[in-house]
Parts: sequence; C-alpha cells; structure tokens
Amino acid sequence: MMKSRTDEEEFWHSTKCKPFTFDDDDDGFSKLKESKQAVNNIRPLVDEEEDEDDVEKVSWSGEPVGSISWSVRETAASSQRTDRESTFPKTSTDPPTRSLSGYSLSSLFKGKTKGGNFQAFTDSLSDSSVRLYAPELRKPKSDYKDAVSDLSPEETVQRMLQGKVVSLEKFRSLQDKMCLLDVSVSAHDGNVITAVLIYLKRTLSKDVLFRELESRQTALRHFIHYLTETRDQRLLLELLRALGRTEDMALLQYKEHLRIADENKRRDFLKSCLSLPFSAEDSGHVQDHYTLLERQIIIEATDRQAERGGKVEIFQKFPRRASILNMPLVTTLYYCCFYHYTESEGTYSSPLNIRQTFKISKKQYFVTALAARAKLKAWSDVDALFTSRNWLGFTRKKSPLSFQRVVDILQKNSAPTQVLQEYVALVDDSDLRISLAQKLKCHDIVINMYRDLKDRQLLLGYLKKMERGSVEERKINELLNNSQIRWKN
Amino acid sequence: MAAHLSYGKVNLNILREAARKELREFLDKCAGSKAIVWDEYLTGPFGLIAQYSLLKEHEVEKMFTLKSGRLPSADVKNIIFFVRPRLELMDIIAENVFRCDKAHSSRDFHILFVPRRSILCEQRLRDHSAVLQMKHLLYECYLENDQTSLYHTAKGLMTLQALYGTIPQIYGKGECARHVANMMLRMKREFAGTQNQILPVFDTLLLLDRNVDLLTPLATQLTYEGLIDEIYGITNGYVKLPPEKFAQKKQGEASKDLPTEPKKLQLNSAEELYAEIRDKNFNAVGAALSKKAKIISAAFEERHNAKTVGEIKQFVSQLPHMQAARSSLANHTSIAELIKDITTSEAFFDNLTVEQEFMTGVETDKVNTYIEDSIAQKDPLIKILRLVCMQSVCNNGLKQKVLDYYKREILQTYGYEHILTLNNLEKAGLLKPQTSSRNNYPTIRKTLKLWMEDANEQNPNDISYVYSGYAPLSIRLTQVLARPGWRSIEEVLKMLPGPHFEERQQLPAGLHKKRQQGENRTTLVFFLGGVTYAEIAALRFLSQMEDSGMEYIIATTKLINGTTWIKSLMDRPESQTP
Repeated sequence: MMKSRTDEEEFWHSTKCKPFTFDDDDDGFSKLKESKQAVNNIRPLVDEEEDEDDVEKVSWSGEPVGSISWSVRETAASSQRTDRESTFPKTSTDPPTRSLSGYSLSSLFKGKTKGGNFQAFTDSLSDSSVRLYAPELRKPKSDYKDAVSDLSPEETVQRMLQGKVVSLEKFRSLQDKMCLLDVSVSAHDGNVITAVLIYLKRTLSKDVLFRELESRQTALRHFIHYLTETRDQRLLLELLRALGRTEDMALLQYKEHLRIADENKRRDFLKSCLSLPFSAEDSGHVQDHYTLLERQIIIEATDRQAERGGKVEIFQKFPRRASILNMPLVTTLYYCCFYHYTESEGTYSSPLNIRQTFKISKKQYFVTALAARAKLKAWSDVDALFTSRNWLGFTRKKSPLSFQRVVDILQKNSAPTQVLQEYVALVDDSDLRISLAQKLKCHDIVINMYRDLKDRQLLLGYLKKMERGSVEERKINELLNNSQIRWKN
Repeated sequence: MAAHLSYGKVNLNILREAARKELREFLDKCAGSKAIVWDEYLTGPFGLIAQYSLLKEHEVEKMFTLKSGRLPSADVKNIIFFVRPRLELMDIIAENVFRCDKAHSSRDFHILFVPRRSILCEQRLRDHSAVLQMKHLLYECYLENDQTSLYHTAKGLMTLQALYGTIPQIYGKGECARHVANMMLRMKREFAGTQNQILPVFDTLLLLDRNVDLLTPLATQLTYEGLIDEIYGITNGYVKLPPEKFAQKKQGEASKDLPTEPKKLQLNSAEELYAEIRDKNFNAVGAALSKKAKIISAAFEERHNAKTVGEIKQFVSQLPHMQAARSSLANHTSIAELIKDITTSEAFFDNLTVEQEFMTGVETDKVNTYIEDSIAQKDPLIKILRLVCMQSVCNNGLKQKVLDYYKREILQTYGYEHILTLNNLEKAGLLKPQTSSRNNYPTIRKTLKLWMEDANEQNPNDISYVYSGYAPLSIRLTQVLARPGWRSIEEVLKMLPGPHFEERQQLPAGLHKKRQQGENRTTLVFFLGGVTYAEIAALRFLSQMEDSGMEYIIATTKLINGTTWIKSLMDRPESQTP
C-alpha cells in the first residue's frame, strides 16, 4: 500500500469539510464562533440537557497513564449533525490537569459512500497522530489566527508533550526548524519527535533534510522508523543512499520481491537487484536466489507439460502435489532427485547440475538424495550412493553422515527390514547397533551379536520374542544346540 | 477475587484500582448503551483489571472482536473500539465504520487507544510483578531504533513512583537502561514543584537491558511454568493444551468422542497448587504432585472418621475446597504428563545437551553436528536460529568460516529471503562474526558462576536450578548487586555491553525509612526488552532465600521465551500478511 501524497492532498482539497475540528483552549476562528452560536441555538430545540459532550470529549487521556482516545462520529446528512461537526471540545469541562485529546472525526465521514476514496481515508486515519500537530491541513493560513504563535520551541514541545494542539508553521527558517527538532529530541517522546519530523518532511527539501538528519542520529532513527511504518519505500531508499548506508538500502530493495506474486516479474525484479551494493556475501546469496527462481520457472513449465501429456511414467505414478516455484533450494534439489534423478549433468533439472551450480555441501546433497530415492523405494539407487571402490576394486560402503542417521532416514521412508539390516550392520558403536537392531527387528544382527558375545542367556531371552516356527527361531535353536560354541554363561 | 495481589510487601491492587477507575471514568463519558469492539490482543490485559460484570454496570451490552468487514448488528448508542495504536488496525476500523448500517445514523463511534504506555498490567501483575505492556521492545530499540517505547517505560515508572513513592536508588546496566534512567531524572526535574509525599515502598530500582544478557532467553527453560510456556505458550495467563489428556472418562462408559477443542486453562497463583509448583524444576514436580495427591486422598478418607453430626457437617463444609483441590491436581497431573512426554523424548534431550555444551563452552568454535543434522532434517527454523545464536553468544561471535557455513545451509534449506532475518539477528548482536581473537565468555561464566555443576533440582540452593545448571546472567547481576555489590565485578561489567551506573533520588525529609531490625529491603527489577518465566522463578527464589534480606518485585515490557523472542526479530515477509 504505497501512499502517495498527491492522492492524499487531493482528498483533503476535494472534500469541503475541514478534516479536523479541534482546537486549543482559546478559539480564534470567526467561523467557529458562528457555528458555535448555531449549535447553541439549536440545542434547546433538540435536547434540553447539555449532553453533547460525549461526542467530542471522550478522553481517557493523559496523566498519569496517558492514553489517547478518539471519538468518531458517524455523520448523517442532517442539519443538526452538520452543525455539530463544527463544535469544539470545551476544555472548560475537562479537568485542567488532563490533556485533551478527543477529537471529532465526523467530518471525515461526511458525504462518503462505501468504498469511495477509501484509500485516502485510511491514510488519513492512520496518520492521525500526525495531524494532531499538523495544523496546516486544517485551515488555510489566512483563516488561522494562532493564539499561541509566540511560543518558543521549548514551550511548543512542552505543549505537544501534554497532547495539546500547536502550530508548527511559525518555525520557518531552517535554523528555527532545527532548533525545534533538537528540543523535541531532548524530550525523548517519540510521538513528538515524529510529529516534528513530519512537519520538516513537508516543508524542507529532501537534500536539506537528509543533510541535517545525518548529524542528528536519534532524529534520524525516528525518521527511518516512521518511513518504514508508513511504507514510504521510495523516500527511505533515497535517504539510505544519501547516508551512504548502501547495504541497508540494497536489502530493503531486495525485500520488495516478497510482494511480487507473479514469478516472472519476481525473477526480473531479482535480476535487477543483482547490481545493488550488497555485502560480498549477501551478493552471492541474492545471485543464487535469482538463479534458483529462473530455473524453477523453466522446470515448472517443462514438468507441468510432461504431467499433462500423461506420457512420463513418474508423473503418472507420483503426481506432483504442488508447484516448485519459490521453494527453497534444498526442496528443489529433493524434487529433482525425485523426478529427474538420472538426467545428465547438462540439464537444468539434473540434481548433479544443481549441486554444482549452488555449491551444495556433500552432506546436504547426500541426505537429500537419500531421502528422495528412499521415498521412491529405489533401493539400488540408495545402495549406489554409498558405494565407493578402493584401488583394489573392492566395493565398500561409505557415508558422509553417520549410519545411524542413514538408518533413521531409511526407516522414516519405511524401508523394508532387509534394506535396514544392511545399514544397521554398519553402525560403528556396538551398543547403538544392537539397540537399533532390536528396535527395527533386524533379528539376524541381534542373534549374531549375541552369538559372538557367547551370551547364552541373552540368546535364550531373545528366543522368547521370536514367532513360533520362524526362521529366526530355528536359527537360535541351532546355535543353542551347537556344541562347538563355548558359552560364557 | 484478586486477593493474591494484596499479599506480600507491595500491594499491587493499588495499581489495579487506579486502572479500573480510569476505565470506569472513560465508560461513563460515553452516555448510553455501548458495544465494545476489542482488539483481541487487549482482551487479556483488560481482563486483569475488569471483569465483564464491571463493564455491564456501565452499560456495555455487547462485545465483539475486531475483524475486517461488517460489524455484527447491535442496537446500541455507542460503538467503542479498544485498540492498540497500530496502523493495520486503523484500516480495519475504517472499514467497520464505513460498512456500518446507515439505519443507525445516530450512533456514536469512539476509539480508545491503549498504547504501550498503558498501566494495564499484564499477567504478571497477578503474580507479584508488573508488566508494562510493550511488545517487540528489542526489535524497536535495536533494529528500527525508535525509542518511543523507552519513553513509555520511563513514564510508566513515573506512574509507579506516583503510587508507591520515589525510589531512592537507581542502578542500571545497558544502553536502554541508561536512556530510561535519564528520562526519569529529567521528568522528575520537570515536576520539581510537586513533592511526592508517599513513603517509598521500594528501596532500589534496577534497570536491566535485555541486550546485556542475550544468552538466557535462548536457553530452554526447565521450570514447570517455563516449560509450559516453551512448549504451549502462555498468553495473558492462559494456556491452550491438547485436549486428549483432559478427557473426562465416566465409569463404565467407553469414551465416545474425544474432545477436539484445545483445553484452555488459567494459570496463576490464586491456585494454591500452581503457586507451589510453578517455579520448581520440572524434575521436582512429580514428587510434589504425588505428595499433594496423598494429602488430598487422606482428606477425603476423613469421612470415615466423621461420626457425629457435627463432624459430618464439618466435613461437608470442607468439600468444595477439597473438590477444587482435586480438580486442580488432576489438571496439573495431566499437564505434567504432556510435558513429560516431551522432556523424555530423544529430541528434547539432544537439544538440551547441545545447549549445555555451548553454555559450558564445549567446542563452540566449530560447526556443530547436531545443528547441521537438524538443518538437514528441516527442523523448525526458529529452533535452528536459537541454537546458532546461542553458539555465537557463548563464543563471543562465530569464526567467519563457521558463520558463513551456517548461513549458507540455512538459506539453502529454508529460503534465500531469510537473508533479511539473518541480518536482523546480526544487528541485534545475537549473531556475529568474531572480531577479536579473545573470547571473553569463559571469563564472564567463571566470574559470575554461570555454570554450576550438580545443580540441585529437588531442593535448590542456587538459582541455577531453573536451567538445571545454568544460572541466568541477568539474575546473577541482580544477586551480586545486593551482595557484595557491583564493585566486586567491575571487570565483567565492562565486558558486557552498555554502561552501568548508579543514581540517587533525593527524598523529602521525613520520608526516609526507619528500617526495623531484620526487615527486608525491596528492589524493583525492571527488564527492558523482556524476561522469561525461568528468570522470574530465579528472582522469586532469591526473594525466598532466608538470608538474602531482599525482596524482589519484577516488572518488564514483555514476557518472552526463546521462540517468541527470535520470532519478534525475524523479518516477517509481507507477502504472508495480506
């Protein structure tokens, strides 16, 4: 929701009403007096009692808690309402110690139809705290006789702290404005600082404002915060650039990609990010991000077609659950190990190509390929992953991750016992091996280990767990009857 | 109802009353019938100060939660929105108002902003400590750098002083603490004319910046309450639990359908049993529960001994209390079972082992295999970030090579857009490359005795029991301040980030406390940027230690745990929040 100032101004100009009807203790408007009179005249006709207060004066404000309340009145097109619109909170009815911070927003709703200029309206609401201190929006200058125009910066800030309305317009020269800013910063209240900054943003050229902020870190931080909150991306980027905070700027720009739904547009946007001044490290990551999405778009298009064509077996057997677009790299690798495992290294979707391009660590590649092939129950592929030949030509199984983890992955993909058995046997630690074997019912391993331990008791105990007439039962019985073994118990 | 607030040295009901009064005044200003539209986030804190009955007395007829679209119909004169001052909520309100039935043209709309400076105290208020509502303080101060929340904290503390008297001594550590103290002193100067005539309740205020102790929230809390929060999350004193273990089984009746709605339970010290076990190490909870079970069954057995009418009457009069105790016991037994299933799991044990290795300084400068494996298994990103950050904090930054490796694995597995999150973590100082070759964490650990071998979980004699060995740094600082004083740890204080300081506030003559022999001193500990349940437990433990001579009251901007904390530092991709 990028807010453009012109929209906003248009709204304020096009609506005849004054956006805010509030005032200080002392009102100096001639119009106001008129409407007040009008209200006073009408009042006896409508209602004998002075119960109008609730409209504007909802105030749960100030000391010692200090919360701000607003009162919004829905407007009907009655003459009474129109009049009331111009009434002002009467400070006299409020305890003097309380700050007055209730305002009637009735004018905002006047003549509005559903949906019409909604954008501007929400902006105006969300900017509410701002307008409190931005009187130039309310009245043409000529109308405005500022009763408190001679306040010093200190007094002005003091009044703002109390939630009172003040005019900032009298701070015209750059020096005055900066003085006001410095005083507000030393008061520490973020609301006041922000209000002053908004005034400065409106009345100073960007270059001057940026230059002045550079030497005022606290104010600068608040300004960045304000721009972030209001999503004034453009100005924020300019500011960061002017400050030489190029990495922050680059990241902020990059972040925008999250808002682009269309994958082609997103890819193009990421491409445009490549030239941004990231740190060397981030620059590599962003490059990878772009390359990944570019590939995903190609793979997605090809595979969708293949799936629809109905000729490629794997897509028929295992229909794709979701599109691969915008998935993380490892997920993409998994996908390619699943659907494109055997492709030659030249294609975009080849797992080996992906591994190369993105410099995926050996371990990460291994885990991913293992999980994908196990899911397909392609046990020969699984087996091949581990096989390495030494210089004598013997094969033996090697793994970059512990065999315990391998078993874990295989078991999660419901590998059959014969397969599991092979890898459980490779677990180094014998205690771990036996407990895994027991858990996964790899009976052969357990039986052989007990035999090697010459532990007759354990073997007898294990026999009870075997099914009647099973191969394992027979095997244990044979062992127990074997007179060659010297049992230790 | 809230009697448990009046116990102890500081009567927190005063604070509650002040807030209630203010709410009543506000409601009375909107004459006529009312409907309240709630920002859901606020219902909890408001519930602490006002029950529905109070609202009803003030003509509140309906309550809705704030949702976009059309408001439910209600025949009332006033519609009041209770919201936090957040931009996105304003959009919703605008929509509500626009789409409102034009038939109710005489209707008034009000918006009440409950800002962070609210004295509506969150849940801890009940439990002997006050939370000034402030979310994401760390995020704001260290990432977005808006110090408004600090201002509100200072304001809140001024309010507190207005109610409980000027606090004569202020200590602090950390950048934010310094700021808050400065603001407080300034505000005091501005009100120089009016002297606070209330006898001070607090002797000392300690301001602690979360930034000073980044380690503690990353560790898994091991107290009963801490674990409930880690696993299920406590919000405003309520927890939602999986319902299975709470199913009521009637005798002889096969449990037909299991409840599917989560079981919602309120947790606070008004419940006798909970007060007893909340701060215990989880390993000591089982024994406490079974002891309680014996007492309760013995009490029920008493009925056999009741012979005379008088005795029976006596027994019956105690029944309601006993029933309540029994259902409380049943609930906590179920919760303890749920938690035990998790704490006895291999995954929990492995994770804890790695945490403890880091905290004791074992191999913190290498890539950790467990973290590597967890990434490969696509464990939740927050878990990974918690561990990596912990390793970084315990090693005073990671070697560039190690850091790069972790980052790469994280981005490849969870998505490149997390560059933004990693960047935030670096800005907050949770993740960083090692700049100097000297790792000062071991010195800090030894000097402050952050790791205690064989911590006693059953009958603790040191605060380290709350993390089964690790003594939270923040609470050690608090403990040392009381005795023997910070001067003894100058060196370590210099190693921790931010300035440390001491300020004194003059009391008007006649308000100086005349301390009775053996009377405890009271310290208000304010955590800027959040505190964990385990830290609170540790402080309460210090309060209860016989020879400590100090009572602690806890205030904070937010209750956190590692998960919620890291979440608040993550970059929330806007594509996911329409």
